[in-house]
Amino acid sequence: MRLIRLTRRVVLAALAVLVAGACAPGASNNPSPSGVHGGTIDIIGVWSDGELDSFNAVLAPWEQQTGVTVNFEASRDQDAILTTRVAAGNPPDLAAAPSPTLLNRFAQQKKLVPLENIIDMNKLKSEYAKSWIDQGTINGHLVEVFSWASIKGFIWYNPKVWQQKGYTVPKTWSDLIALQTKMKGAGDTPWCVTVNSGAATGWPGSDIEKEITLGQVGPDIYDKWWQGKQSWTSPEIKGSWQSFGQLLGPGDSNVYGGANYIVNTDFSKVGDPMFASPPKCMMLNQASFITSFFQKAHPELQPGTDFDYFTMPSQNSANEGIRVGAADAFSIFHDTPQARSLINYLVSPEAQEIWVKRGGKIAVNNKVPVTDYPDVVSQKIAKDLVSNTKQLKYDAGDLMPTDMKNAYWQAIVAFIQDQSKLDSILSGLEQVRSTAYTS
Amino acid sequence: MDLSLLVQDVPTLVVVIVAVPAVLAAYIVGTEYLVRLLPDKLRPRVRPWFWVGPALILVTGFLVLPTLGTVVTSMQDRDGNFIGLLNYQHQLGGFPTGGAWIAIRNNVYWLVLYTLFVLFFGLILAVLFDRVRYESIVKSFIFMPMAISSVALAVIWGFMYSYQPADAPQTGTLNWVVVNVFHHAPVTWLSDTTVNNFSLIAAAIWGITGFAMVILSAALKGIPGELLEAARVDGAGELTIFRRVIFPLMMPTVVVVGTTLVIFALKAFDVVYVMTAGNFQTDVLANRMYKLLYQADNPGGASAVAIILLVAVIPVLIFNLRQFRAVEARR
Repeated sequence: MRLIRLTRRVVLAALAVLVAGACAPGASNNPSPSGVHGGTIDIIGVWSDGELDSFNAVLAPWEQQTGVTVNFEASRDQDAILTTRVAAGNPPDLAAAPSPTLLNRFAQQKKLVPLENIIDMNKLKSEYAKSWIDQGTINGHLVEVFSWASIKGFIWYNPKVWQQKGYTVPKTWSDLIALQTKMKGAGDTPWCVTVNSGAATGWPGSDIEKEITLGQVGPDIYDKWWQGKQSWTSPEIKGSWQSFGQLLGPGDSNVYGGANYIVNTDFSKVGDPMFASPPKCMMLNQASFITSFFQKAHPELQPGTDFDYFTMPSQNSANEGIRVGAADAFSIFHDTPQARSLINYLVSPEAQEIWVKRGGKIAVNNKVPVTDYPDVVSQKIAKDLVSNTKQLKYDAGDLMPTDMKNAYWQAIVAFIQDQSKLDSILSGLEQVRSTAYTS
Repeated sequence: MDLSLLVQDVPTLVVVIVAVPAVLAAYIVGTEYLVRLLPDKLRPRVRPWFWVGPALILVTGFLVLPTLGTVVTSMQDRDGNFIGLLNYQHQLGGFPTGGAWIAIRNNVYWLVLYTLFVLFFGLILAVLFDRVRYESIVKSFIFMPMAISSVALAVIWGFMYSYQPADAPQTGTLNWVVVNVFHHAPVTWLSDTTVNNFSLIAAAIWGITGFAMVILSAALKGIPGELLEAARVDGAGELTIFRRVIFPLMMPTVVVVGTTLVIFALKAFDVVYVMTAGNFQTDVLANRMYKLLYQADNPGGASAVAIILLVAVIPVLIFNLRQFRAVEARR
C-alpha cells in the first residue's frame, strides 16, 4: 500500500512538472494589486453552524465582486491542525483564530506575513482604536487584525423577574455582595455558572475570575500577571481568587446545582435555568456573545424585556470602565493577491456590519453605526463600548502561553470543586509559570 | 454508485491498475536477474535480502527513523537545544500526582480492568452462546458496537452519563435509573474522581467486547468435538471440561487477544479525549502526549511521554513474540 502511494506520488509529480512546463508561458495572468479576479483562497477557522453562516454571509459580496473561490475548513481543534500544517510547511492562506495565542506563537516564529504594506495603515488608524492595532503588532510588525469582538464582564438577568422580586441593579461590588445575600435570604439562588467546554473546560469560570482581577488590582498588575511577571501566590492574585470564591459562596452554595452542575454542564446552557419557570437562578456572568445562545434555546425571549445586562462592578472604583474583551484574529500565511484583497475587506466597515446585523458580534471598526445592531441590548453594548469603556484589556488567559492558559482553566475547575484547596492550586500554577514562559 | 469519481483522476487509476503491478513484477524479475549473475553458492544468501529489501526500507523510513527522531526530540527544548533528561524529569518528577503520574496511574487502571473484563466477557459470551440456536443473531448484536467509531461511542456514552441536578429531570440514562429506581442522588459519572475512570473504561469495554468474543468463539469452534466427547465419556462435568479441556486449548488465542488488548489499553485516547478531555484526573498518556504537543507547544515533553509509552509497550511485544515462537515450536 505504501509502495503504491509512493509510486503514485512520483508519477503525479512527474506529470505535474510536465503540465506546468507546458502551461508556463501562457499562464501568467498578472493580477493587478487592487483588483483580483478569480483564483482561490484557503481559510482555516473555528466557526460552525450559525456562526459559519454569518461568516459566509460576510464573504458573499467579496466573492461575488472578486470571483475568488473560498475553501473554508473549520475545526474546533484549530491548534492541532494549524500547528501541524505550519510545521509541515503547508499553512492555509489565511487563518481566523478565536484568540491570538496561537497566532502570536507563529508570529514569533516569523511565519506570518506583515500587514503594514498590505493594509492602508492611515485608514486603519482612523477607523480602529489604537489598542486593537497594538494588540496585533508583534516585534514591530502588524501581523494580526481583528474584525469582531465580544466584551466580557457582563452580568445577565431577567428584568421582569427582578422587578417582580424587587431586586435592583448593583452599582458597586459591595452592592453586588449585598444583593447576593438578599437573594439567598429570599430563597433564590443568585448565580448560574457552567464551565464545561470539552478540552477547554474551565474558561468560562476563568473569565469571571479575570474580570474580578482586573477590577480589583487594576490594569498594571493585570498586564504583569499574564506576562508571567506576577506571582500567582501574591496577595493581589490570591485576593481576586478569594473574591471569585465570595461570588460562588461557601461550597459554591450561591450557584445553582453546586460544583457538580457547574463543571459538568456545557457553557452554552448557562442560561437555561435562569429562563426556566420558575427561574432557578437570578443572574449569570458571560460575554456579550451569549445572547445568541439565549435566543437559540428560547426563541420567545425579547432582548431588553426578557434579558438585559449590567457590567460587573469593580472592587476598586478607579478601575471602573476598564473591561476585558476578546476578538477574532485574522492573519495571513501566504502573501497572495486573494489574501491581500480579503484581509483589506475584513477590516472594512462594509464587511463588519454584515455580521453585526446578523447579531452576536460587535464590530471593531468604529465606522460601523450603532443603528446597525439588531436589537436594543446589542445597541446598548455598542454604545457602552464607545462611551463607558475607558480602556479595553485583552483576555489575559488568551495572552498567556498555552500551557499556562490550560493550567489556569484547570485550576478554575479545581477551585470550583473545592475552594479550600486555593493555596495548593495557586502554588501549582506558580510551578507551571516557572516553565511556561521560558523560550 | 457514482463511478465518475474514478474516471476524474485517470492518472491515479492508471498508476494503480497498470504501473504498480508492472513495477512490482519488474522488481522481482530484475532482482532475480541480478541474483542469477552471482555464483551458485551465494544466491540463497543474497536472494532473501532482495525480497525483504523494500519492506526493510519502508520500515526504516516510516518507523525506525521517526522513533529515533522522537528520542532526540525528547531531549530538546522548544528551540531545539539539547537539555538532557530534563523533559523526562518534568514528566516523571513529582510522584504521585505531579507530571505524568496521574496519566500513568490511569493507564494502569485501563491496562488491568479493560484487558481482564474484555477477556472475561468475551470468553463467557463465546462459550455460552456456543450452545444456543440463536447464536449468530446474538453475536451480531454484541459485535455491533465494533462498527461504531470510538468517537461516536464516546459521544453516545456521554449522553448515558449525563448529569442534571437532583431537582431537575435526569436526561442521562444511568442517572435516571439511579434516581428513579434506587432513589439515590444523581452521580457525576464523568467528574467524580472515584468513579470517572471506571465510567470511561466501561464505555470502552462495551465497544470492544464483541471483538474478543468473535475471535475466542472461532478458537472454540476449532476444538475437535471428539475431545469433548471423550471427556464426557470419561465422566467429566461441563465445568471440568471447560477448565481442563476447552480453556487450555484456547489459551494461545486468549494470550493473543489479551496482548492486543493490553496494547489497545496503553494506546487509549479517543474515549478519554471526547468524554472528559483528560479533565478531572482521567488523563491517559496518549492524551497527555497530544495535549503537550498541540496545546502546550511542547514537542520535547510530548516526545518524552511517547518514549515512556514505548518503553511500557516493549515488554508486551517481547512477550508476544516469545508466545508466537512457543506456538511455532509446538508444531
